[in-house]
Amino acid sequence: MKNKSLSIKLLYTWFLCFAFIPLLLIVVTSFLSKDAVHLVKLPFTLNNYAVLFTPLFMKIFIRSLLISTITTLVCLLLAYPFSYILIKSKIKTHLLLMIMIPFWTSSLVRTYALLSLLKGNGILNTLLIKIHFITNPLNLLYTNFAVISGLVYSLFPFMVLPIFNNMERFDFKIMEAARDLGAGPLDIFFRVFLPNTKKGIISGCILVFLPAMTLFYIPNILGGARSFMIGNLIQSEFLEMSDWPQGSATSIGLILIVLIFVYFVRFRGKKQ
Amino acid sequence: MKSKIQRLYLFIIYFLLYFPILILVIFSVNKTKYSLVWHGFSSQWYQVLLNDVEIWSAFFNSAVLGITASCIATGLGLLGCMHLFIHPHKKFRSLRNLLLLLIIIPDIVLGISLLVFFNVTNLPLGFVSLLIAHITFCLPFVILTIESRLQTLDPNLYFCALDLGASQMAALSKIFLPLLWPAILSAALLSFTISFDDVVTSYFVSGSDFSILPLTIYSLVRSGVTPELNALCTITLIISIIPILIVHKLTRKKT
Repeated sequence: MKNKSLSIKLLYTWFLCFAFIPLLLIVVTSFLSKDAVHLVKLPFTLNNYAVLFTPLFMKIFIRSLLISTITTLVCLLLAYPFSYILIKSKIKTHLLLMIMIPFWTSSLVRTYALLSLLKGNGILNTLLIKIHFITNPLNLLYTNFAVISGLVYSLFPFMVLPIFNNMERFDFKIMEAARDLGAGPLDIFFRVFLPNTKKGIISGCILVFLPAMTLFYIPNILGGARSFMIGNLIQSEFLEMSDWPQGSATSIGLILIVLIFVYFVRFRGKKQ
Repeated sequence: MKSKIQRLYLFIIYFLLYFPILILVIFSVNKTKYSLVWHGFSSQWYQVLLNDVEIWSAFFNSAVLGITASCIATGLGLLGCMHLFIHPHKKFRSLRNLLLLLIIIPDIVLGISLLVFFNVTNLPLGFVSLLIAHITFCLPFVILTIESRLQTLDPNLYFCALDLGASQMAALSKIFLPLLWPAILSAALLSFTISFDDVVTSYFVSGSDFSILPLTIYSLVRSGVTPELNALCTITLIISIIPILIVHKLTRKKT
């Protein structure tokens, strides 16, 4: 048995060394000061956190939250009826596979595909001009609209899969029972179907909302200067400005937002 | 009428999901460089790629990295899962929480914390740093995939085999391996696709000397849309789709 207890120790050591300690290092770094040569130096300071509350940073945080929230809502509104139709379909497995493919393939490649579609002389504008819907090409690219469509396009499968898995376990006979007992369609939906599929909705929202804030390459490719989000901020602080303490503090801010969000949705979900 | 609307809805969603990819593939085999008009089939952009040494080396690096990371992550995850399956104890809860934490923590945070860690430990950025990062974010997927299959099995199977005279190795390899291999293969293949496509974490820990495919694509994307890039993206898509199809076949058999 000795070799197998070694295996579990190996697993723990791995997570300790390459996940837990690095995260602690980020916490430590966030209290240090910037140094031009050695990246960080003493003394400890709270300054990096104070900077997070300046208008410039707050603007980026609020914008990120706003864009991620819109993305999550759009995904949810599209994915909920979609999953329901998928469950009822006769060729369910094939349709599900067609959701798995975008789920696992590179979202960078798919963002690039969207880029060639949306650009000024791209397919979409050319088509719209050809059918005389518009006369001048629309400025779709480098707007928040482009960023949100890119995020929705990339993250839509992450909303579908949990909702689908949850609905698949739902016993649709309960809905018939409710109908037999005299419930109207609205009652059935809001008091039977929605509460029973809530777990799927919560997981889906977490899986969409969190990456939406941090997939920095999507705003970088599709967005302009006004779609700079938390992910882009951390990236530029670390790699362009070499301000590691500030970048670490920003990440801690991000983690706090994430934890608050997860706690909020899961707590609210459990309470009811 | 109702089912017609439903079908139309499905069609529109799938159309939106696949139309950009379709366009990408079509323009990767179009003859001209700048026109949006179809000028006939041509494989010239793929030939350009074949002759591009830099892309070849990035591709090779990514493939080696993906295969190594997925093998190590699957092996490590499998051993850990088996151990916890046979000797269930309280520790599993803490491991579960740790995994949950790893899944919830954004990729970008893992990337920067490893960057700081490698800097502190003086480990040069390159293949090893990327490998460590990739194994770390593949492990939760591996453990969850194998664990969900193990939950359908009975740990007593192992002790029965021991009682009937099987050695420990025989009990594991002749009883659990045949039952588990679809899950193991799925875990390995999915780890490979995650590793092969990862941008965010790799972006921070790759260093400047070691180029991998997703980062090469990223830097090319920022300089604009070209048919060569369309071809490269098409190839990347195909490489990640094949493992997904295999996994789909494997898991469907089970149900």
